[in-house]
Amino acid sequence: MQTEIIIAGFGGQGVLFAGQLLSYAAMDAGKEVTWIPSYGPEMRGGTANCTVVISDEEIGSPLVRHPQAVIAMNLPSLDKYEPLVKSGGVLIVNASMVNRQPTRTDIHWVMVPGNEIAEELGDRRMTNMVMLGALLANLPILPLEALIQTLEAHLPARHHRLLPLNVEALKRGAEYLAVKA
Amino acid sequence: MARELLKGNEAIAEAAIRAGLQAYFGYPITPQTELLEWMSKRMPELGRAFVQAESELAAINMVYGAACTGARVMTSSSSPGISLMMEGISYIIGTEVPAVLVDVMRGGPGLGNIAPAQSDYNQIVHGGGHGDYHLIVLAPASVQEAVDLTVLAFDLAEKYRTVAVVLLDGSLGQMMEPAELPPMRPVKTTFPEWAATGMMGKREKRNILTSIYLNPPDEEQTNLRLLRRWQEVEASEIRFKEYFMDDARYVVVGFGSAGRVALSAVRAARAEGIPVGLLRPVTLSPFPYEHIRKLAQRVEGFLVVEMNAGQMLEDVRLAVAGQKPVEFYGRLGGVMPFPDEILSEIQRIASGGLTLEGHPRERWLQRMNGKN
Repeated sequence: MQTEIIIAGFGGQGVLFAGQLLSYAAMDAGKEVTWIPSYGPEMRGGTANCTVVISDEEIGSPLVRHPQAVIAMNLPSLDKYEPLVKSGGVLIVNASMVNRQPTRTDIHWVMVPGNEIAEELGDRRMTNMVMLGALLANLPILPLEALIQTLEAHLPARHHRLLPLNVEALKRGAEYLAVKA
Repeated sequence: MARELLKGNEAIAEAAIRAGLQAYFGYPITPQTELLEWMSKRMPELGRAFVQAESELAAINMVYGAACTGARVMTSSSSPGISLMMEGISYIIGTEVPAVLVDVMRGGPGLGNIAPAQSDYNQIVHGGGHGDYHLIVLAPASVQEAVDLTVLAFDLAEKYRTVAVVLLDGSLGQMMEPAELPPMRPVKTTFPEWAATGMMGKREKRNILTSIYLNPPDEEQTNLRLLRRWQEVEASEIRFKEYFMDDARYVVVGFGSAGRVALSAVRAARAEGIPVGLLRPVTLSPFPYEHIRKLAQRVEGFLVVEMNAGQMLEDVRLAVAGQKPVEFYGRLGGVMPFPDEILSEIQRIASGGLTLEGHPRERWLQRMNGKN
């Protein structure tokens, strides 16, 4: 069993971190996992994406043409990755950063106002956590609780004061979909 | 020990440290700079030697000097930087001292780009500097394998008094995977009898370490000595991994990242009922010629997959020696193939696409041109 997730946005949105958190959680759950980044030379802006492959067996290709799921954090990412999601797959869109809805009818897509939810919580930098929570609510690869435990286990001690807000952001992202349904 | 999520470059650095690395001399170059940065933090923490040299040329010569003391020493670089190190590598080999080199290949030639490639296979496997010698070349395909092969590289380099290379590409250097690091091995406190360790009244005779042999017959003897040691390496150190090979009628051959992508394709092909297997050489040098020669007797054909224009392809063809058809698929310049591309090739081969006529690279180029 293998799942592939691509998280894409611009540099500074925490795209790579979100992928790493997912990867740590998969590893802690005893899975095989590969995280591979792709980004331009810019420190902010530009493009940033990572591919996370989670599997029960030794992973082959670290990159996939048609992922099972995509988190699109901004419009260029939506434009690039909407056509590539596997049929029957999941597309989580940051509604705050796009001006259109996905047009495909053969995938399960959800619009989540990530920036607004994060700002409500007090920090727009939590947008990536909101989107990650929304992903897990729609793609049952790992329970949300697993991600929370992973954050506690792997986040360096000096960042632990940020834990409560990150956990809240994850939960709010996951709950947003529940409300919609 | 537990698994940790590690980035390839950093895992290799820490694995070397755990293997008792005593000195690292390097220079930054994408996509391996994280290795240098990891060393810059850890080596001083442990009281070991670290220098960011003024160039790769300087770095390899620092390695040369340190290697002469018998200490465990390494450097790392990427394609253009490795080119700068060629002379130094030859000197290290000619002096018969051990060292480890990590080569994280990127797109080229020239400045190229920072994307992953395998286009330096010939440079390292069939070259590695001027002179008549072979390097030991280890090609991992996962972060765990990179850890294990880095540790092995030091053992092999010392056992055979040679340079052992861990050869990977930018994707393996940048990716993060769960891996288990070995426990910390203490640094050496005893050194080989040939090493320059400072006489300190313990030895009567000075050790002279040099690659100069002005008298050609002496140089010939040195070369013969290197060759005899290489024969020992060939006899004992070949390593490869096989997947789905028991009943395979077709064999895909790929190393490193290309091997991984091919694994995904082979799995998909098997799901379609195609009897294909994968051979992934782990030592590129010494190369599993004999194993491939024997495989050729029982399979119908080979597909070599590389991220270059067909370099390991020639070693496979040499091994197959015309017994069976060999096909090729490659991507160039830092482009990584997707599994479906290789699956298409497997499907084509399995439905009659094999021939002994002509050269596989010509056929591949025609197919590539047909697409562009």
